[in-house]
Amino acid sequence: MNATDILIRFGLGLIVIVVVMTVCMYSVLAERKVSSWIQGRLGPNRTSIPLLGNIPVIGRFLTRLGVFQPLADGGKFLFKEDVIPAHVNKVYFVLAPVIAFVPALVTISVVPFGAYIDAATGAARTVILANVDVGILLIFAVASLGVYAIILSGWASNSKYPFLGGVRASAQMISYELSMTLAVLPVFIWVNAPGTPGTLSLVRVVEAQADWWFVLTQPVAAVVFIIAIFAETNRLPFDMPESETDLVGGYHTEYSSFKFGFFFVGEYANMTVGACVIALLFFGGWHPLPFVTWGDIAAWTGLPVNVGALGAVLAVGTFAAKVLFFLFFFIWVRWTVPRFRYDQVMRIGWRGLLPVAIANLVIYAILIALLERAGA
Amino acid sequence: MSTPETTTSHSTGPQETFVLNLGPQHPATHGVLRVKLTMDGEFIENAEIVSGYIHREHEKMGENRNWEQFLPNTSRMDYLGAMMYTHAWCALAEKACGIEVPPRAEYIRVITSELNRISSHLVWWGAFLIDLGGMTPMLYAFDDREHILDLLEEITGSRLTYCYYRIGGVCEDVTDSFLAGTRQFIKDFRPRLKTYHKLVTENIILRKRLEGIGEIPAEMCRKYGATGPVLRGAGIAYDVRKAEPYGVYPDLQFDIPTFPEGDCMARYKVRMAEIEQSLRIIEQALDKLPDGPVMAKVPRAVKPPAGDYCMAVEGARGRFTIRAISNGTTTPYRVKLRTPCFCNLSCFEEACQGMLLADALALMGSLDLVIPDLDR
Repeated sequence: MNATDILIRFGLGLIVIVVVMTVCMYSVLAERKVSSWIQGRLGPNRTSIPLLGNIPVIGRFLTRLGVFQPLADGGKFLFKEDVIPAHVNKVYFVLAPVIAFVPALVTISVVPFGAYIDAATGAARTVILANVDVGILLIFAVASLGVYAIILSGWASNSKYPFLGGVRASAQMISYELSMTLAVLPVFIWVNAPGTPGTLSLVRVVEAQADWWFVLTQPVAAVVFIIAIFAETNRLPFDMPESETDLVGGYHTEYSSFKFGFFFVGEYANMTVGACVIALLFFGGWHPLPFVTWGDIAAWTGLPVNVGALGAVLAVGTFAAKVLFFLFFFIWVRWTVPRFRYDQVMRIGWRGLLPVAIANLVIYAILIALLERAGA
Repeated sequence: MSTPETTTSHSTGPQETFVLNLGPQHPATHGVLRVKLTMDGEFIENAEIVSGYIHREHEKMGENRNWEQFLPNTSRMDYLGAMMYTHAWCALAEKACGIEVPPRAEYIRVITSELNRISSHLVWWGAFLIDLGGMTPMLYAFDDREHILDLLEEITGSRLTYCYYRIGGVCEDVTDSFLAGTRQFIKDFRPRLKTYHKLVTENIILRKRLEGIGEIPAEMCRKYGATGPVLRGAGIAYDVRKAEPYGVYPDLQFDIPTFPEGDCMARYKVRMAEIEQSLRIIEQALDKLPDGPVMAKVPRAVKPPAGDYCMAVEGARGRFTIRAISNGTTTPYRVKLRTPCFCNLSCFEEACQGMLLADALALMGSLDLVIPDLDR
């Protein structure tokens, strides 16, 4: 790998981070907009940049969209006083928001966004930063670091509400990681059928869904996984660590200014990664419909919809649409249901999801073995 | 999962506890209430209520003001159910002076009081659901409440702390648009209430959070003098409107909704059923509304003969009693205010022993506290 390669990689990484950050910022706006639709309000509609209203005809309309709200929010976080209470452990206190934020951005590097056929060579290409063989394992490993942010902030704040939030978070996230991982295993048993090169790469998973999406063949695993993702991202109805109305703000009670902003955006970054993984593992990644891939459409219509730049844009667009739908789903659920109690969350995790995930794994392992025997 | 839904602390022997200050600034106390909780982890060992942060000496004010001048004070205690409280004071003075209130005024009092009761219960419903993590119902409840406030504003001039009743009647006659608007509101609100039951009351998370949680049996209610929906949620059909009828309530048909379970869900159901009963009462009162004056002939200065007077009304939160001693002058010699929130909250200390923090907050929310009513 020479210097140019490294620079290109660096540039691509930067682009992905900027895109993901933008998605995070705008999912904050989406959260506010969707919640206001659900609640019969208008939502943010006052932010605008100077002179935008002077554009003829559409100017007034543009100023009413509230699309600049994330900029205003970010600016507010930047310019607020950054209070570090006297009683905190400064090192961990400052470290925690960073840890909350970084893993989400790291995991995005192994998420494939789409695939197309290179027009010149005819080879299949994947839109991905690093197509590492351990894909899903890396995502789980790095994403599970996120819990340290909550524990550290709860501990370093040296205050009772963050402490309770931190204790709840550590228990909850560790419990749900088990069911989440177990729910994913049958997918990979299926993908890694004997005779194929063993891989944990997410690209392979999507390729294996050209016909049957895994949500159709393994609905139980999909449901368990989605529930576990809700718990892992601390979204309602599993927002125990935060529990706005009983722990005030939970682990981030003592945070202000941009440190709070890091937690805030980190939550949405985690949501984005979670939505990506759900779409990749169970909902066919960049395939537009079950049993239909862009390659099929190209074959039927004769148009080059899977080749070159057009193919890349269509594939990434399909994937982005699915991710946005799941982000919407996250938001939709949050504004619809009340919160579980902490021990109910644990009970659901250990007595509900985990046995289901284990049973699902065993049944699918036997089923896949039988299928292969029948096939052989 | 057939496990008991109530969870209590099982730890025995030496243990470490810590004191958690719930309030005076806490999202779940809905005001400046402070509760010192001795916690064993997430379990409450002991609770000590520290009230008085918004004490305003209403009783002493009563001794230094004319009988007429004290009237606005009564609407500043339970600011969500101001109509009923002003009714108590007016009825007390009328009883003391032997003033006969015109029937039209009495019917108007019933209509406005019951509208106020509905709006109060709607605020409770929204706030309670926020305590449980469901943010959306509040916006729906406030939407309906807005219609009530608009109606009441039309005839009273104020939206919250009404001073519409006068000793001897009401200050202004109702307008035709108010009567038409009230009928329209009842028509519109009934289907909305059904929707709320479908969306919220039957929600499985809500039921898991409320059923069997925070039991306040009838015996405990008797011990602490709890009234209103708390007592009716314990299966006792006690309602001042029936037990000590005042105004024209004896002429109107309505039931006292009771639920024997005594848990948070019972109190929830009582209030939801009371909204329906209030609608029923308003409908009847609108049909029976007689013509005539709305104000009796009242002497220029209200000077009740010396004596000891007592008047109770059914507020939105329970029995509100005023005891006033007159020495024959224009100023009461002594005013004693017995507010329901104070007694209802007294149950909390005993009822929350060994509960989880989140459950205790659900219990507190189900008591429907208004802190200025508690501290008066």
